[in-house]
Amino acid sequence: MTPALLQRRSRFATPARALFCGMSLFVGTAFAKSPALSPTNMFDAAATPAHSIVGLSTLVLSVTLGIFLVVGGLLLYALIRYRHRPEDSTREPAQIYGSNQIELSWTVIPILIVVMLFLSTTRIILGTEAIPKPASALDVTVIGHQFWWEYRYPKLGIVTANELHIPISDPSKPTPTYLEMSSADVAHSFWVPRLAGKMDVIPNRLNTMWVDPPQPGLYLGQCAQYCGTQHAKMLLRVYADTPEQFAAWAAQQKQSAQQNLTNPVAAEGREVFLHSACINCHTVAGTIANGRFGPDLTHLASRDTIGAGPIKNTPENLRSWIDDPNIMKPGALMPSMHLNQHDLDVITAYLTTLQ
Amino acid sequence: MSQTTSTIPITASGEPVWELPSRGVVGMACLIIAEAAIFIIFVVAYIFYMGKSLSGPTPQQVLELPIFGTICLLSSSFTVHYAVSALRKDNLRGCILGLGSTVLLGAIFLATTAQEWYHLIHDHGLTITTNLFGTTYYSLVGLHATHVVVGLIMLTLAFGLALRGNVHEAHSEKLEVLSLYWHFVDAVWVVVFLVVYVIGR
Amino acid sequence: MANANPVWEAIDETPTTRPRRLVLEVVHDWVTTVDHKKIGLMYIAYALIFLVIAGIEAMLIRIQLAVPNNHFVSPQVFNRLFTMHGTTMVFFVGMPILFGFGNYLVPLMIGARDMAFPRLNAFSFWISAFGGILLYFSYIGGSGLYGAGSAPDIGWFAYAPLTAKVFSPGHSTDYWTLAVFLSGIGSVGTALNIVTTTLCLRCKGMKLSRMPLLVWLYLVQGGLVFVAVGPLTAAQIMLLLDRYLGSHFFDTQAGGSAVLWMHFFWIFGHPEVYVLVLPAFAFVNEIVPVFSRKAIFGYPAMVAASVGIGFISLSVWAHHMFTVGLGAAGNTFFVFATMVISVPTGIKIFNWLATIWGGKIIFAVPMMFCVAFLFQFLIAGLTGIMLSAAPFDWQLSASYFVIAHFHYVLVGAILTALFGAFYYWYPKVTGRMMNETLGKWHFWLFIIGFHLTFDFMHIPGLLGMPRRIYTYEAGRGWDNLNLIVSIGGFVQAIGILIFVYNLIRSRTQGDIAGHDPWDAWTLEWAVPSPPPSYNFAVEPTVNSRRPLWDLKHPEDPDSDYE
Ligand code: HEA
Ligand code: HEA
Ligand code: HEC
Ligand code: CUA
Ligand SMILES: [Cu+2]
Repeated sequence: MTPALLQRRSRFATPARALFCGMSLFVGTAFAKSPALSPTNMFDAAATPAHSIVGLSTLVLSVTLGIFLVVGGLLLYALIRYRHRPEDSTREPAQIYGSNQIELSWTVIPILIVVMLFLSTTRIILGTEAIPKPASALDVTVIGHQFWWEYRYPKLGIVTANELHIPISDPSKPTPTYLEMSSADVAHSFWVPRLAGKMDVIPNRLNTMWVDPPQPGLYLGQCAQYCGTQHAKMLLRVYADTPEQFAAWAAQQKQSAQQNLTNPVAAEGREVFLHSACINCHTVAGTIANGRFGPDLTHLASRDTIGAGPIKNTPENLRSWIDDPNIMKPGALMPSMHLNQHDLDVITAYLTTLQ
Repeated sequence: MSQTTSTIPITASGEPVWELPSRGVVGMACLIIAEAAIFIIFVVAYIFYMGKSLSGPTPQQVLELPIFGTICLLSSSFTVHYAVSALRKDNLRGCILGLGSTVLLGAIFLATTAQEWYHLIHDHGLTITTNLFGTTYYSLVGLHATHVVVGLIMLTLAFGLALRGNVHEAHSEKLEVLSLYWHFVDAVWVVVFLVVYVIGR
Repeated sequence: MANANPVWEAIDETPTTRPRRLVLEVVHDWVTTVDHKKIGLMYIAYALIFLVIAGIEAMLIRIQLAVPNNHFVSPQVFNRLFTMHGTTMVFFVGMPILFGFGNYLVPLMIGARDMAFPRLNAFSFWISAFGGILLYFSYIGGSGLYGAGSAPDIGWFAYAPLTAKVFSPGHSTDYWTLAVFLSGIGSVGTALNIVTTTLCLRCKGMKLSRMPLLVWLYLVQGGLVFVAVGPLTAAQIMLLLDRYLGSHFFDTQAGGSAVLWMHFFWIFGHPEVYVLVLPAFAFVNEIVPVFSRKAIFGYPAMVAASVGIGFISLSVWAHHMFTVGLGAAGNTFFVFATMVISVPTGIKIFNWLATIWGGKIIFAVPMMFCVAFLFQFLIAGLTGIMLSAAPFDWQLSASYFVIAHFHYVLVGAILTALFGAFYYWYPKVTGRMMNETLGKWHFWLFIIGFHLTFDFMHIPGLLGMPRRIYTYEAGRGWDNLNLIVSIGGFVQAIGILIFVYNLIRSRTQGDIAGHDPWDAWTLEWAVPSPPPSYNFAVEPTVNSRRPLWDLKHPEDPDSDYE
């Protein structure tokens, strides 16, 4: 039986090779670097950690594809070649109970493949997790909340929410961003596929990850650890800015909210806001509003979205949100404040001034 | 239709004797493995949280070595062993004596645990909600105590039956299975003792 | 068949006519039974009911996800649906159905008359059954006195601290905890029974090295249940203490650790997936040789590989936690342990391949399912290898790629092998064959549906779609794929519907099977179909791994080769 098995293997090597090329072509086109396919395509890497993962993935994918073609091909061949045909004699086929040499060969070959895969995996793990942090790195503290993200820049004195701004990193003089992550309530996970793999955000624990996109742009992602009712709408938006853009953004974020409002409606809205329960949960720097339960609103109007990503930051949406957050994000932890129409209008007007 | 044809292979007798292990012992061994897995997790939790409590009291402050209780529990392993071997020799009185002292020693152990808990709760204000030490201590020691209680109930049952003269040599295997459980409970105590009172202090 | 053997003396001539009985008598008979065959059947029936329930939950999930921004169910309902679907499928479909087959087959295959502890057996069944009912009772009692309709919504692995009283008020989480706890007790009981039966009640000559591979796999599975379910039980006790007595095991506010729960759960959870897959291997080990007309290739290697898988699977749990931040050393260790498991698993695949090599393969329905199993398990294992490369997993973890991976194993391998087992042993259990034509319809619809669903499910994962989201935005490249996946789900459902119909119909209208319709070789085919309650009129004696082969081929018995 042994020689037969070995001989026959060569016979379908050619179709296997053809199939292999076909499949590679298919996989290749499907996951080619086409942003049109998806803004969260992990193969469309835009930062070093994501790039090194794509490298490893390609290796693993082709090794496993190879195994599939060989083993699957052998199976298919055996099924066709040894199927019972009506013209066969009624005698039972020769009974073969085993062979130690064959057994050994299909133990040793997989072991070698495993060792190879293991070593290449280890290289990438060490290259991502075990490298020292450069002095030029920017530190950001990420705090997960039930269904939104808080970002703090300890060295810059900035606190913001839901939209993370980082500087791009020129490969010749890298300025990576290091994210120190923890959670205020339950476990979340930070996942922006084009920048890096995910990292869990766990209460009572500090995790770190780093990203260094060389190209400016908006990178999307979302919370990847089930964290309760609105896990689905806990989106991530990472803006990679040029150094100038980033400096301008940081300068603006450091300021407190403007005190002397020219618009009388907004000024009235400010009074209503400061006298309602909003201030128990929200901070507007420079006012008595210093709640920590909800997102910081000091520069709310500078953000593109509200509600942690899913809702465009327009005055209408803002008004509807304040009226009842449960309409657009059922299960969000902000209660409907039951404000009257007038108060809604003026608070919305006030919030839109928080540039 | 061959509904009634049975094709059980039968060969001539005269084969070597066919002996298999006793199912009581095997079953109890399986149970002990499963229980051991449970205890390991509680022990791991205890070790993991050692020294991680955010507030007092700490084990150093409040725990004392339960030497007396430990001696009682460990010696009960010998008495139950004695009971089994007595029964094997059809020595019913020896068996009653062994079982009786086992139950007594086990009960004393439980009493010392109860006293220790009373002391901790009453004098030191340590409950399961106080801190991580309280949480892991009461659950680990409590889980063990629960097993002691279960073992005591079964031993008392056997003791009662023996007193009424309903136990015979034929039952020695069943009693042995029970004694295995009791030995296991003892062995767990050794681990608990080392982890909680020796290393943990 | 030659008739020189004294075997015919063992014929059991008792007529099998049964007087008509009242419904109540029948019910009483089943409720109080301690017969391993009846308990096995009750396990299977109970699991099938839950399969339909959890399957309908899956269909609701798929309707919701078919198109972006769908409002078919609310987020709260969706979260309950996947929690109940996962919990039910693993604990109240997978475990009971596999234990059902084990209960039915193990004593018959080793020539025993019943399990080692028949009453414990009945107890185990009823306690797990109670667990399942308790889980669904949460729909009524989940909010306590505050109202109805709140099943648990914590996910099947119930990560802390989401399960703490603050984040999950009400009682739904407690129903989940108790249900899983009770099912665990039942599982340990049954596993204990199967292991003890195997070790202590084998018939004469049935050495360990002669046991059918199915029995070996159940033995390993039993061992795994002991060491895997214990930790889960312990963790459930801790969770209950946290929720009711205010302890702080998983209370991150008081210094407790969320990661500890993850470890405890996956110390159970990973071996658990092998607990589920080993019986599937077991069925394939019995069916493939019979329909290839060859002895299993490499029996000792198969046994060694099973035991090896059992041991290795205890040291790989943290591959579910690559994204937790275990550090480079921890991750590296678990990458290695996980990848190594492909070696013994590969040995199994290759031995099956070698078994059909040179055989005369008969493509009856049981064999068709086994063939599908072989391909699908191969793919599932290889996607497992992709996940085990930790950096790749940092992208794929908690995405639809993982969902696709494990449904490939759970549906593509386990459920598929189970269907094969149903067609294979149905004649033994009922005395009638299942309908071949319906079986083929079932096979093709189910397989086509399966591939539509789970092949395409890998891609959204690669494109960044996380699991457990009740809806998603358009424009992420996920829309069309999800639609295909949903359609595939319904094709599967039709396939399974045909299967259920076939099960019921063949009970009365199937062809009469006789005691050995497949010309098979293990002891269960030596007794009448259905077997009498005492199984064997005379205790059998075996001389080889394939006693009935020896009987049918006295000129070339297996015993000559041992
Ligand atoms: C029965 C079920 C079952 C089985 C058998 C497996 C088998 C395997 N699984 Fe899977 N897995 C699950 C059920 C199962 N899994 C479930 C339910 C989850 C998710 C739980 C949740 O999160 O809800 C999961 C999740 C899961 C993860 C975590 C993903 C994540 O959440 O981030 C990983 C990571 O390593 C993994 C890996 C593997 C591997 C390496 C195998 C291996 O055993 C596969 C081995 C087989 C082969 C490799 C193929 C045959 C071998 C050859 C032909 C030899 C040659 C091959 C090589 C040399 C590579 N699985
Ligand atoms: C044995 C285990 C098992 C099985 C068999 C299945 C079977 C299926 N599963 Fe499931 N699944 C899990 C175990 C399993 N699953 C687990 C553990 C999770 C994780 C949960 C978590 O995240 O906590 C999960 C999660 C899960 C998700 C992800 C949810 C999410 O993360 O948001 C999805 C989504 O598509 C899904 C789909 C399906 C489908 C379509 C099937 C189909 O194969 C089902 C087909 C069966 C039927 C349809 C029933 C029979 C039908 C009839 C009798 C006909 C009548 C009914 C109709 C016509 C509707 N499953
Ligand atoms: C009980 C606490 C609480 C109160 C009171 C509260 N909020 Fe909120 N608010 C939240 C939380 C929590 C969120 C985040 C919700 C989410 O995205 O899931 C939020 C989000 C918001 C957002 C969107 C911020 C962003 O960046 O996405 C705005 C705007 C807002 N609240 C305004 C208000 C106003 C105005 C009031 C008073 C009328 C108010 N909130 C009262 C808790 C509160
Ligand atoms: Cu936060 Cu999911
Ligand atoms: Cu696993």
